[in-house]
Amino acid sequence: MADRTDAVWSATGTTPDAIEAALRELLIERHAENNKFAPARALNMIVFVDREWSGEIANRLRGVGRYHASRLIVLAYEPRRERLDARVTIAAEGDPDTDEVTLLRETVVIDVGDRHLDDLITIADPLVVTDLPTLLWSPHGHEDIVQELLALSQAVLLDSVDEPVAREALNRVCGLTERAYVVDLAWLRSIPWRERVAGAFDPPRLRRELRMITSVEVRHHQDSPVTAMLLGGWLASRLGWRTSPLVGHGAALVGKAHGERQDVTLRLQAAPEMTVRGLEGVTIETASGRLLRLDRGEGGLHAHARDPRGELREWTIPGASRGEAGILGEGIRQALLRDPTYIPAVTAARAMLP
Amino acid sequence: MAVAAGVPTPQVEPENPLTAGLERVPVAPTTLVIFGATGDLARRKLLPALYNLAHDGALPQRFHLIGIARKEKAHEDYRAECAEAIRRFSRRKPEDEVLTALLENVRYIPGTFDDESVYTKLAKTLDEFEQIAGEPLNRAFYLATAPNFFPVIVEQLGESKLAHHEGAAVRLIVEKPFGTSLAEARELNRRVLGIFDETQVFRIDHYLGKETVQNMLAFRFANGMFEPFWNRNYIDSVQITAAEDIGVGTRADYYDQAGALRDLIQNHMLQVLCHVAMEPPVSFTAEEVRNEKVKVLESVPQPTPEQVPEIAVRAQYAAGHAGGEDVPGYLEEDRVPPDSTTETYAALRLEVDNWRWAGVPFYLRTGKRLARKVTEIAVTLKPVPHLAFSQQGSLGVLPNQLVLTLQPNEGVSLRLGAKIPGTRMVIRPVNMEFLYGTAFLSQSPEAYERLITDAMRGDAMLFTRNDEVEAQWRICDPIVSTWARMPGPLPKYPAGSQGPPEGEQILREGDHWRAI
Repeated sequence: MADRTDAVWSATGTTPDAIEAALRELLIERHAENNKFAPARALNMIVFVDREWSGEIANRLRGVGRYHASRLIVLAYEPRRERLDARVTIAAEGDPDTDEVTLLRETVVIDVGDRHLDDLITIADPLVVTDLPTLLWSPHGHEDIVQELLALSQAVLLDSVDEPVAREALNRVCGLTERAYVVDLAWLRSIPWRERVAGAFDPPRLRRELRMITSVEVRHHQDSPVTAMLLGGWLASRLGWRTSPLVGHGAALVGKAHGERQDVTLRLQAAPEMTVRGLEGVTIETASGRLLRLDRGEGGLHAHARDPRGELREWTIPGASRGEAGILGEGIRQALLRDPTYIPAVTAARAMLP
Repeated sequence: MAVAAGVPTPQVEPENPLTAGLERVPVAPTTLVIFGATGDLARRKLLPALYNLAHDGALPQRFHLIGIARKEKAHEDYRAECAEAIRRFSRRKPEDEVLTALLENVRYIPGTFDDESVYTKLAKTLDEFEQIAGEPLNRAFYLATAPNFFPVIVEQLGESKLAHHEGAAVRLIVEKPFGTSLAEARELNRRVLGIFDETQVFRIDHYLGKETVQNMLAFRFANGMFEPFWNRNYIDSVQITAAEDIGVGTRADYYDQAGALRDLIQNHMLQVLCHVAMEPPVSFTAEEVRNEKVKVLESVPQPTPEQVPEIAVRAQYAAGHAGGEDVPGYLEEDRVPPDSTTETYAALRLEVDNWRWAGVPFYLRTGKRLARKVTEIAVTLKPVPHLAFSQQGSLGVLPNQLVLTLQPNEGVSLRLGAKIPGTRMVIRPVNMEFLYGTAFLSQSPEAYERLITDAMRGDAMLFTRNDEVEAQWRICDPIVSTWARMPGPLPKYPAGSQGPPEGEQILREGDHWRAI
């Protein structure tokens, strides 16, 4: 629902030119209304959704807060639709009656049907802000549409966890990386874990132990084996391990990675009690007898450490959970960055596929 | 290369391959000790910054906090005070679970800063934390006290053998003001560096922690288009303004001792001047960047007492209007002595006598209760050598002006001449504007979040080095001492105005202050 600071335009049976003209006109009106209004110009985002689920996607996007794309173009697909209907909203972020500039975020929702799919690019193209990076997201699949709209996009957002089969998820990523930068929400869910594992071995006297790792166990939501594989793939690619196919063992995938000095036992264990996507915990052991176990907990990660003398310690590393809305927002933000470690992690993870 | 027999090969620590690609570089396990733990700075800035770092998962893997202040209280009471301060001043609403996890590792030590037993208890608590962690923890001592306690605390830390620690780094974070004169700054440096090595000392200038100030380096050195005209051949003058619309408020006790020159110009504004005038550093490291800044400061001639009236102006705000309300003058403010000669406005004309900037005036201006709040740098270019257009019927062709606004709306604006639509060639100035806030999705962290993290990491880029502080005082000291010898009352400007008319006296002929 529009609030008092939103400007709205809508039309039925419209054209991309008319929509673009309406956007321009609304922006001029808003600026004339108050010169503290300034359009955000960081990122375009094109979202292709099935119209019947577009409300759910809209809710998810509302949750990203300040990470809302500057111009969001939602193409809502309804197979038998004949005409283009569109609604443009320009929302103000904050109160214009202050000294601060008030950012304007633009959202364009266009209802499209089968007859528009062949020329979808000609509908979206006039609406993206020239020279801004464009992020593409198609949360309901539609691979053929993604391939077409990639011509307009520099980055594509996906969630490897959405693919029921890990092999297909990782293969899809590899296919897409040839054409665009991939932002994978499954990978972003592992950020706090990667940061803490990197931090645990960062003190200079512990860095040598990275070459002495003998086993890694990653515990994950039962629908998120890909996130666990990506974490394992990240360790393997950063530490120079050669990975090989894991084998199923009950609710786990187990196998070996081959390090310079020794083999590393890998275990990706589903945690059926876990209710949110992502990782539940990780345990790393080294040849010196050191053990680090990190578990999701209240107020942060619970750390359990055993040093080579066998002394045990437990503590909490503070940190707030980002939640799924936070992860999606992070995905949008990451479209403006480049993480050089993702593709090597995917490559190593693919080699672990059973 | 052959290694001489008997000479031990230095052990090179391996890189951590896991940090590649991570936005946040790990911070080593640390115990942070705040001296002045119940003061305003700790409550309003440091504790909220620590909570926000905790919320973002950006604190070290192992993090402990020890608060030291005069009042007797139990650990639990101090934790409750921390929670209250965080709830009140944090930029985001704290989550109870994260707050609890953060406060679990907080301890409090009561006592005066000259009391040896405080340091004995501190050493014991630091050791206890290391016992719990099973490893040596880095130590960061944050001096958030009145400046007269700095030398006392530093010397007590030295005598208690707390300035160095086997197997871990020890750092000293010192709040401003670092001295109130060149002699004091030198003496403080001497006493601090008698105990700590310069690489251990992190002098806070919170302006340097602002994204906006750091952006100036990106603006200058990541864009090739500015460098060709960034010199005396094309630039006519530079104006740096830090204007506030508020009065002295509750800070009268501090402010009346400091004044506008010491409060803002001697530190923050001279740092901004350095960012404008410095040469590109060879590399973006703390030492190289600070070397270049020191060269700028050393290129600014030290004014003689006779020159001070020509290059410096001071004034006090009188009663006036702000935000539609009547407001009192400085001398009528609470806790301000009625005969105070402390300046609430200061303006300087400085020169940077080097090959790049010789002859270009750098105007610095700051004040309280001015027309509005703005911090900006205005770089005015020289006028075009020949104007082919008639000025008749136009608002005039003005020289190009590049304005970098640091607050409130961080951005860059370029004044250009443009033709007014119509049949005649009539020119008027227009602005091409860029606002940083429109171009990024991320929110800037608070300056103290960045500075605390950098100090714990040992990255000194955003901190002031000893020679920088002394070079800043070398410029300001003669002005402070000359003003101290000149009797009041000071020139006045109405609250809510553009400042005193006397401010115009230091401008070169033909120059004008930009409207605030």
